[in-house]
Formats: sequence, structure tokens, C-alpha cells
Amino acid sequence: MTAIADPKAPRPPRARPSRLTTRGNTELYGWVFMRASGVVLLVLIFGHLFVNLWAGDGVKAIDFGFVAGKWADPIWQVWDLLMLWLAMIHGTNGVRTIINDYAERDGTRLVLKSLLYLAFLVTVVLGTLVIFTFNPCPDAAPDLLPSFCTAR
Amino acid sequence: MWSWVAHRVTGVAIFFFLLVHVLDTSLVRVSPESYNDVIGTYKNPIMGLGEAGLVAAIVFHAFNGIRIILVDFWAKGPRYQRTMLWIVVGLFVLTMAGFLPRHLMHVFGGE
Ligand code: HEM
Ligand code: HEM
Repeated sequence: MTAIADPKAPRPPRARPSRLTTRGNTELYGWVFMRASGVVLLVLIFGHLFVNLWAGDGVKAIDFGFVAGKWADPIWQVWDLLMLWLAMIHGTNGVRTIINDYAERDGTRLVLKSLLYLAFLVTVVLGTLVIFTFNPCPDAAPDLLPSFCTAR
Repeated sequence: MWSWVAHRVTGVAIFFFLLVHVLDTSLVRVSPESYNDVIGTYKNPIMGLGEAGLVAAIVFHAFNGIRIILVDFWAKGPRYQRTMLWIVVGLFVLTMAGFLPRHLMHVFGGE
């Protein structure tokens, strides 16, 4: 039999953050948001994957023309915008929780969270600009463009 | 317990995927050529398997997330949390069975 060194020995107390990182009801709102956004994201992401991976020719069919064809339709623009924002807030908040759980030194947490919020900002701004400034018919060889560009 | 670890790991994995995903999609604003070039480098069997793994991660995280929500908000949720974990596993297998063959055909089946 393998011997376990005094199994009842108490664990040393874990280091705790030296102060609270949020106040008031912030954590509660975050908790509710994780659940509300989760339900919506399920629909948005499963729809995204169904159309882009399963329907038609699947991944093989994805190219500039495919994207332009989708974003010519405002429904897909709104769909992707909502998916971008909800997934990024949900994911950033989730990773924030994980940083709080594992990074015990104040300095480490500060660095990790700064990187996290920077990544959030860059990604959300970039993704939003891309959707709003997208031009489905730029100057390019016609065979790269969706068919409606040449139909004029 | 393992479901909690898996929920964390899949959540973080999807998050990092999403950062890269928005970055490569933004190439549609550079030029059709650059977008097609980069997407073209993804069209190989290794990325095909990576996409299958990503979908598996999402499907698990999504169904298990619904289970977490039911445990928290449904009065009988805590009592049925184990049963619901099996339902999550069942739905996961069903969804992947519907997705994988078709996806692998797109990736590996010639023209
Ligand atoms: C391998 C699986 C995936 C493929 C092949 C794929 C493909 C694409 C394509 C072709 C676009 C361009 C626009 C459109 O088709 O709607 C796009 C945009 C987008 N996808 Fe995905 N996607 C995948 C997985 C995901 C997942 C799992 C998420 C969420 C976590 C996601 C979130 C987004 C978002 C937010 C945009 C908009 C980007 C922007 O604003 O610039 N995608 N995706
Ligand atoms: C597909 C629909 C999704 C559903 C139903 C869902 C649901 C959930 C739920 C209920 C939680 C638990 C929150 C808590 O314990 O307070 C959670 C955590 C998390 N989610 Fe999602 N989620 C989804 C999509 C995503 C996406 C797209 C990402 C990444 C961008 C993501 C990343 C995370 C992370 C990092 C956590 C934290 C895990 C932890 O603290 O252990 N989730 N999700």
C-alpha cells in the first residue's frame, strides 16, 4: 500500500488578492451577463458554423466572394456584429475570472489583465470597422469578386 | 469536476481562436487577393482537423454552458446536474456525428 503522508494535514492557506478588484454588484451583473450572452451566442455561433462549414461546399467555398455575398445582406452584418461583441465581452470576462483565480501576485494580475483588455479593444474595434467599412466590389480581377459586382 | 476543467479549457481556446479569426477576416479590407491567399493556406488537412477540434470545443462549451445555466436557474437543476451531464455528452456525440462526416468529406474528399 502506498503511504500518504498524514492525509489530514491542513493545507496551507492560499494567498489571496490583497484587496477586492471590483466593488458593489459588478460581479453579479457579470455573472448574469455570462448566462444571458451564452444563450444568444449558442444560436449565433451554431448558425455561423452551419452556414460556413456545413451548408453548400463547407470550408472549401470560403473566399472573398463568399464573404462579400454574405455581407451584402444586412442580416448577416448585424449577425456578425452581435456575435463579435457578445463573444468578445463573454470571453474577456471569462478569461478575467480565470486570471483572478490563478494569478496570485498583484503585479502579475495587472500585467495579464492589461494585455487582456488591450486585446479586447483592438479586436472589437477592428472587427467593427471591418463590418461597417466593407466594400464588396473593390478594384480587383472580376473573378475574385461576387457576381453582382460585374452585373452592372 | 472534469466538466468544469473542460469548460474552462474550451472557453480559453475559443477566445484565442477568436482573436486570430477577427484578424484574418479583417484582410477582406486589405484586398480580395490577400484574404484569399491567407484563407488558401488554411485549406489543408491539418487545418481541417483543427477546425473539427474547434467545433468540438464550441459544441461542448455551448451544451455544457446551457447545463450550468439550468443548474443555476431551474429549481430542479442541481438535482439533475449529473443526468444533464450525460445529456450534454449525448447531444455532443449526436452533433459531432452530424457534422464530422460532412466536414471531413469537404476537407479530404477531392473535388
Ligand atoms: C472553423 C470555423 C469557422 C469558420 C470557417 C468561420 C468563417 C468565417 C467567415 C468566412 C467570416 C466572414 C463573414 C461571414 O461569413 O459571416 C467570419 C466572420 C466572423 N466569425 Fe467566423 N468562422 C468560424 C468560427 C467562428 C467562431 C467559433 C466564432 C465565435 C467564437 C466566430 C466568430 C466570427 C465573427 C465575430 C466574425 C465577424 C468578424 C469581423 O467583424 O470582422 N467564427 N467567420
Ligand atoms: C456557444 C455558446 C456559449 C455558451 C452557452 C456559453 C456559456 C457559458 C457559461 C454559462 C459560462 C459560466 C460562467 C460562470 O461560471 O459564471 C461560461 C464561461 C466561459 N465562457 Fe462561455 N459560452 C458560450 C460561448 C463562449 C465563447 C464564444 C467564448 C470565447 C470567446 C467563451 C468563453 C468562456 C470563458 C473563457 C469562460 C470562463 C470559464 C471559467 O470561468 O471557468 N464562451 N460560458
